[in-house]
Amino acid sequence: MTVTEVRFHGRGGQGVVTAAELLAVAAFEDGAYAQAFPSFGSERTGAPVASFCRIADVPIRTREPVMEPDVLIVLDPTLLHQVDLFAGLRPDAYVLLNTVKSFDELGIGEFVSGLRHERLLTVPATEMALRHVGRSVPGSVLLGGYAAMTGRVSLPAVVAALRERFSGAVADGNVAAAEEAFAFVGQEREELRRAAPA
Amino acid sequence: MLRQLEGSQAVAEAVARCRPEVVCAYPISPQTHIIEAVGRLVKSGELAPCEFINVESEFAAMSVAIGASATGARSYTATSSQGLLFMIEAVYNAAGLGLPIVMTLANRAIGAPINIWNDHSDAMAVRDAGWVQLFAETNQEAADLHLQAFRLAEELSVPTMVCMDGFILTHAVERVDLPDQAAVDAFLPPYEPRQLLDPDDPVSIGAMVGPEAFTEVRYLGYVRQQQALARIPEIASEFAEAFGRDSGGLLHRYRTEDAHTVVVALGSVLGTLKDVVDELRDGGNRIGIVGVTSFRPFPSVAVRAALAGAKRVVVVEKAFSAGLGGVLSTDVAIALNGLPVAVATVVAGLGGRPITSASLRTLLTTAADGRLEPLTFLDLDRDLVERELARMASERRSGPTAENLLRDLGAVASRIG
Repeated sequence: MTVTEVRFHGRGGQGVVTAAELLAVAAFEDGAYAQAFPSFGSERTGAPVASFCRIADVPIRTREPVMEPDVLIVLDPTLLHQVDLFAGLRPDAYVLLNTVKSFDELGIGEFVSGLRHERLLTVPATEMALRHVGRSVPGSVLLGGYAAMTGRVSLPAVVAALRERFSGAVADGNVAAAEEAFAFVGQEREELRRAAPA
Repeated sequence: MLRQLEGSQAVAEAVARCRPEVVCAYPISPQTHIIEAVGRLVKSGELAPCEFINVESEFAAMSVAIGASATGARSYTATSSQGLLFMIEAVYNAAGLGLPIVMTLANRAIGAPINIWNDHSDAMAVRDAGWVQLFAETNQEAADLHLQAFRLAEELSVPTMVCMDGFILTHAVERVDLPDQAAVDAFLPPYEPRQLLDPDDPVSIGAMVGPEAFTEVRYLGYVRQQQALARIPEIASEFAEAFGRDSGGLLHRYRTEDAHTVVVALGSVLGTLKDVVDELRDGGNRIGIVGVTSFRPFPSVAVRAALAGAKRVVVVEKAFSAGLGGVLSTDVAIALNGLPVAVATVVAGLGGRPITSASLRTLLTTAADGRLEPLTFLDLDRDLVERELARMASERRSGPTAENLLRDLGAVASRIG
């Protein structure tokens, strides 16, 4: 049984719960089984929020939070000082950060030193969201990035999920943001893979 | 139609397909998304004819449901936790009057300390009110149980509560096959009330009854619950025939054949338990699960039959009676009366503490080895408890317990587990 377990971290108002939900819908569009749920806090704007998504080829029965993620997606890297973001991360995990800086510039190189270098990725999701959607909602960008990073969900499925949730100009903006992120992360991944020692 | 959607949305759409004529509810987490979604369906005209009545409290919500049901309208409401307690007088009245209201209970802990997260304390607080109480394992089952609940409630004139774990189910986005309107219409006939407030044919409902007949009215409530015990599995099999899947019934057995150890539980934790039991089975442990769907009426005979071959039973429950121990465990122990089966109680998941597979694995391995204590609080932070006990022993004015414990823990950031 292959299950991909994804954990999202961000702050209330950034679309952390929506991002996990949309990923589950996208996985469903691809024909997979998926389960998304929030960390059940009383969400307040700005407060740390986590959400979870599991994707599998078979029905998902467990209800426990994602304790050992295969993929970590961080909507707001300022949480690094507040929350144990990397708790339980698997050694072959993917990490996608919303930032314009590098892991070392953020001072978290040591936290991820045991992980595979070519799986540590960044994307300026807030900037892309502002450009395409006009608001600081990095979720859709990170979903496009997730698709490029893991291949565990297809870009057309992400687009379908976004179009199901949003309409009009908001949908168009989110789709454009996701597509740009898909290309950006795809290229970044290719560069890292080439640079990685064989 | 197969869709990927939030549990609350799935339940709202399933309820709408049952064509309730009056919906009255007051929002409370984690029930809110359900009634918001039903409200949208009424407003858009998708659910019609239906009157959505905004009320000022949960007491009013159940009171309006009682009034509406007495006029022959199919009536629905939903609540959680403190909301259920606030309406409890009317909850008893609905059952005593024999009005077939259907209510979703998005299970949540009861304060103090105030806590919005999931456990089963709310459902347990009304287990003797005379309602049928059905527990859903998944969002699919939660949606399906509402169809069966209306059918059962109206046939027998017994109000019926569908319990689903707050947040864990209500806020989970997963795959649900929503039934077609035509199929629901074929499964659920129009409501034909036994009693009706009709100005053209006036009756009164709600007479005062003294010692001369009170016992008999109550006894008839017991009879209706016994009838429900017979009808619940029949309705579940008619449902399976109509919709092609198993939902509802009195209980679900999972790998209980030849099991020495059987776990009993209610609700969504059964999913996590199944994964753990599969692992333990792979390791050679003879272990299985009985998921109780119908908590009221309690299916004592079926539970006894399902557990009779076990050496030991472990009841994992998200509630407890402070002066006794397990609640579900007590019912299970009575069902097993006279059989040589040891019953252990495990209190887990209170106030939203996640029930992890790691903790369950350790627990059930201990149980299978015959080393489990009669009462266990899963993942209890003993140090935290000991510190407060020491404080209470050392000074008279030790202060408020909840605040003391939070201070001991330090600033609590967003916990993952």
